[in-house]
Amino acid sequence: MIGSPDVVAFTKEDDYGQPNPEPWPPIPEEFSIPLYPLADSNPWAKTSYAKFTKDFILISEFSEQVGPQPLLTIPDEPKVCGTFDLNYFSLRIMSVDYQASFVGHPPGSGYPRLSFVEDSRVVLGDSKEGAFAYVHHLTLYDLEARGFVRPFCMAYISADERKIMLQFQELSLRFSQASECLKAGNRRAFAKELQRKLQDLEYTHSVLQREEGLQREADPQTRYSAHAVEKANELANVEKSIYEHRDLLKQITSYHGRPRRDPHAAMCHKCMSCIGEEGQILTEDEAGEGEMEEDEDGVKRRPSYTPQLIRAKSAKCFDKRLKTLQELCDETFYEASMELLKETERSFRGDLCYLYTRRLDRSLRRKQKVTNFLFEEEVCEDNDEEVTIRPFCPVNHSVELYTLLKPPHIVLAPEPLEDATEPFSEISHTLDSELGLGESHLESSPSDQTLETQDSSEGTKCSYSSGTNMTKQQDQQHNLDSVISEAPDPDSDVTPDHERESSSEDMETTAGDDEGDHTPVSLLEPNGECEETPLEVCESDLLLPIDTACCMSQDGFLYEDLAADTADESDHNSKIQPPQTLVVNQEPQALHLLQDHYTVGSLSESPAAGLVLPVGQHADSVSHVSVEEGSDCTMSTSTGSDRAHSPFGYGAVVTLRQRRKAGQGALRFVRQYPFAIQALWCLLSGRTLVVLGEDEGRVRKLVAALALFVPGPGKSAERIQAWMSCPFSLSDIYRWKLIGLQRVSSPMGSSLLYSLSRYSRYISILDIDQKTLRCPPYHGQLLSNIADHRTSIRRGSSYFLHLQSVLCRLAAKAFLLTFTHHLHLPVSLEEGPEVVKGRRLCFLQEQLGLDEDDNEILLYLSQLITRQYLQPPSESTAPPCFSFKYTTSDLYKI
Amino acid sequence: MLRWILGSREAQSALEKSSVLCIGEEQPQNCFTELQVLKGHFDIVRFLVQIDDFRCASAGDDGLVLVWNTETGEKLLELRGHSQQITAITTFKCRNALTTQTMLITASSDRSLSLWDPDTGNRVQTIADLHSSVKCLLVLERLCLWLSGGEELCVWNQDFQLQCHQPNPSDTGIIALIELPKNCVAAAMDKEIVIYRLTVPADSVLCLTEMQRLSDHRDQIRALINVNDNMFASGSHVGELILWDAIDWNILAYEHILWEESQSASEIRMGSSKPSEMSIQHLCSNGKLILAAVGSGLYVYSVLTKTVLAYRKVAHDSNVLHTIELISCSEDGSVRMWEIQDLPLAAEPASAGFFGMLTFGRSSKHSGPPSKKVLDVSNLKMLELIGDLIGHSGAVQMFVSFKENGLVTCSTDHLLILWKNGERQSHLRSLKLFQKLEENGGPVFS
Repeated sequence: MIGSPDVVAFTKEDDYGQPNPEPWPPIPEEFSIPLYPLADSNPWAKTSYAKFTKDFILISEFSEQVGPQPLLTIPDEPKVCGTFDLNYFSLRIMSVDYQASFVGHPPGSGYPRLSFVEDSRVVLGDSKEGAFAYVHHLTLYDLEARGFVRPFCMAYISADERKIMLQFQELSLRFSQASECLKAGNRRAFAKELQRKLQDLEYTHSVLQREEGLQREADPQTRYSAHAVEKANELANVEKSIYEHRDLLKQITSYHGRPRRDPHAAMCHKCMSCIGEEGQILTEDEAGEGEMEEDEDGVKRRPSYTPQLIRAKSAKCFDKRLKTLQELCDETFYEASMELLKETERSFRGDLCYLYTRRLDRSLRRKQKVTNFLFEEEVCEDNDEEVTIRPFCPVNHSVELYTLLKPPHIVLAPEPLEDATEPFSEISHTLDSELGLGESHLESSPSDQTLETQDSSEGTKCSYSSGTNMTKQQDQQHNLDSVISEAPDPDSDVTPDHERESSSEDMETTAGDDEGDHTPVSLLEPNGECEETPLEVCESDLLLPIDTACCMSQDGFLYEDLAADTADESDHNSKIQPPQTLVVNQEPQALHLLQDHYTVGSLSESPAAGLVLPVGQHADSVSHVSVEEGSDCTMSTSTGSDRAHSPFGYGAVVTLRQRRKAGQGALRFVRQYPFAIQALWCLLSGRTLVVLGEDEGRVRKLVAALALFVPGPGKSAERIQAWMSCPFSLSDIYRWKLIGLQRVSSPMGSSLLYSLSRYSRYISILDIDQKTLRCPPYHGQLLSNIADHRTSIRRGSSYFLHLQSVLCRLAAKAFLLTFTHHLHLPVSLEEGPEVVKGRRLCFLQEQLGLDEDDNEILLYLSQLITRQYLQPPSESTAPPCFSFKYTTSDLYKI
Repeated sequence: MLRWILGSREAQSALEKSSVLCIGEEQPQNCFTELQVLKGHFDIVRFLVQIDDFRCASAGDDGLVLVWNTETGEKLLELRGHSQQITAITTFKCRNALTTQTMLITASSDRSLSLWDPDTGNRVQTIADLHSSVKCLLVLERLCLWLSGGEELCVWNQDFQLQCHQPNPSDTGIIALIELPKNCVAAAMDKEIVIYRLTVPADSVLCLTEMQRLSDHRDQIRALINVNDNMFASGSHVGELILWDAIDWNILAYEHILWEESQSASEIRMGSSKPSEMSIQHLCSNGKLILAAVGSGLYVYSVLTKTVLAYRKVAHDSNVLHTIELISCSEDGSVRMWEIQDLPLAAEPASAGFFGMLTFGRSSKHSGPPSKKVLDVSNLKMLELIGDLIGHSGAVQMFVSFKENGLVTCSTDHLLILWKNGERQSHLRSLKLFQKLEENGGPVFS
């Protein structure tokens, strides 16, 4: 669509589930333009040696029992990764783990510390496997794991390393969000687990104490017996354990208080603030429990968790079953992060070229809100004007709280420098050499973003030691109290006061929560809304880090902020750094180096440099789209191939396949009927077309095909009626622009025909049984392009895209016509309406080069735009206007 | 033209078509190229009144009165209150100290009268339990009075107080009321027109005195209108058109519209002698010309020459129900616009030219050579169809014209259609568009 529709048509992927033996179908003869000077260099050749056909996301863990192991892939189908060795690749990606995770007691600290590690992001390649991966490491907490941490990693695996490199920022952003989500859920689950463990321990403690007391009473002499000592030790152990666990709980709840270094670790502010509060609430609660117990008549909730006695000897490391990822994470959060990953996978499907085209398309469309309704699918309305990234909050804290993040700018269209070929050859050279090199040995190194991982718990430690002395003492007091009393009050864990402390919404949700245990509320409660839709589809659009302005100005293919920060550095590095790091060793410098070459463009380059899609390594030689076409596209509202057109009506989501079919149907119609052009003209100029036929299937099919030509069909094709069999009235004619009508021979049929003839002045009638069309004659040239009886386009999808580009151009012209002041209003007072009308006609004829009949299309589109602009139909209480013309109709036959 | 889809019905439809005047789809003079369908009524819509330049009210058998904005097509108000069909509606200008406010008076079969404020939708006044339902209303603005006619004639003041009333001598009731000079009103009942005079005697009680009974019509009077200050006209069921002097109530002219033909041509056209075909359904006038809807035909009568100026015997497929200024609507669901055109020059062979101009196929034969006895060929002009509006699926009961702002039609299909000049509307929308652009501070392309 943008410039080169057909190329794109063949570069985008199919839906999963569609059997497609060949990843890239052969290009039909009519499109076999010499893409590359070298005959055998295929832009998609890289995929050939990869053992998988499509990109996927792999989640692996480094199990302390069995080592690296793959956990799941997204999409979760065995055929996705084909013969690709997931185990091997898991080893590869886990082996670049940065984490020297600190375990145990740091010097000067009495208790085991949780290591708060930031995620790390690495790009690594395995040229032997033909796989390249963006790898995102993260750690989750597990009470039973060594050092309480479980290392995981999520990897986006693709055969195209450029795709990874060039999308690094966005991948990083999206994976960070998923990771943050997982980690938040994990903290919640971890805290819950800790709470239970604490309850167990306290219970055990009380039991032990009671036993000891009983023993002492029974036989005070045995105080120093071996058995008693053992008991006392056990008791001391349990007490120590209680303190340790309390401390852990405090650490985990204080998580949000500490400063984050990870720029992508964007968290919802509300989450952060309320979790921060929760930490205090928790400690206060614990402190206040003693007094809480005193008012026995207070409303107390029945705990759902019964504490269990803990045996002194816990299971050995290798006996126990480690928790799965799902168990490690709160369910809502887990679902949400999986959804995020799935969305990521979806949004990165397809070739780089396709991705960028689609993105460019989307950003352009966002600019053209005024005319989008004509032929475009709905661009998600939730998008703000500036593309903002909302920190993902699985609990869906209200939207108003999101912060504006500056998205990484993705800039399209590398443009050639004067010496464009030189760095290019250099790069291909280095690639070649690197490929040779990479076969034998693989290397990878963490990007510098991982270097800030440790030393993060410093701040938290300080805050702890300072702030919590009081409460600790109270805790102890309370514990003593509870020990002295006969048994721990099972009700004491959730007290009214606790509820009072939490906000009202928390109350609701905790009430709904079946687990009334002691976990900090913020960690436990999944918000109500969140449970329904943790992730909206729109979110994906939100997440897209596209700066439309950049796209419009057609700058280089850059991540601007990155580039701006380190521009000189990268320049410097590019000179120093030996280029063999390019493929496998993706240092950030290498990234910049890469960008320097791929983005054959800079901000200073004029916008007229043209839209160049980075199709392949030979991009500069072949894929320069002409400037005119590029500029045309920026003007027009281009459309994606995944436009949601549902001629089948009423909210049904039409898949890509159906749309292609519609394109095919339209192509068949154009080829089959010599008078197709008249029918298309009717539709485009706003004259209702009635498709009359006996066979419902045929009529519906044709209506679906012709629906592509209905301007402003409505969000769910409200202006199209695929099949009706009753006589219609005037309001039907103007509600629907395209009607499938059943030809019946019963008496009702005659009244139907009567209504047809009565309203014949408003409609065109396409009789598919007799193959006739009755409509006003059309003599224009505009549509010959899309309604060529002898068109050489053979494929429906090609035709569809071709059609879209033509319609785009039409919409752009209509836009121009609508918003050009002097074409509608007099410039001076003397001018009468005739002068204005003459000027308008002159504009249409001479500037746009249109015939009289073509003018009608433009005027109709312009009318639609005007009405839409003045009052979108949804807001209007007035009935819609129906415009028509009094002209004679001709009867066309084959 | 549609025979190709009508298939086997071709022959039959051809016959049907033959009797119909058809203009075809190309109508360059027809400026109504945009329409809006106004929905809101649940039954036949019979009445339309214009409130001001941009509002009109519609009323019908569902007892509802709806107020519409004719510029946007929005329904402004729903006036609910009558339990049965509305039988008459008129506007009433209430004069206060400062302003003049247009109100609506409605009469219904539930034997009540109501005064409505079309700005707020309030039912300001209401009178229930009348002896009979009111069939027509007449407002005497000069006297700040209004009259209701039915089986009795009542005079009311601005505050809905009954001033005096006159039991009806006739059993059919008053079907039309018009105002005449010198505080007189004319009421049409059955075959008579009764002239009443409103007087205020010494005891200052308003009094209605019968002045004269004009019983020159041979059949029921169907229409009664004012032509100008000096004349009024009435039409009867058998096609009599009588022009009266408004001051001394003498007959100025008597035209029996289908008289000659029904005598001479009855043996040829059987149906034409039926009285319903020559019934004068409706009259309207611009002071110089009277347009009479006679059966399904239209006659233009010149007051000056006292002759039929132009006519079209079969103007519609069915009875014409309402006319204004050379626009007619009919039971056949269409509205037709006419133009009076001069005949070709007298030097040309009159008959040939006459037929040559009528290019309506077989339908032209009905227009036939005019009877020389009644109609002077040299004076005769042509009533030419210049456009028709097709939209309603039932009889078009009435329409009001808002001049260049459009035309509102109401119909038995429960709908109103607002017909507009598409070009003008498009221009207005463009104006609004640039206005909005300016308000928004320049183009919004984001």
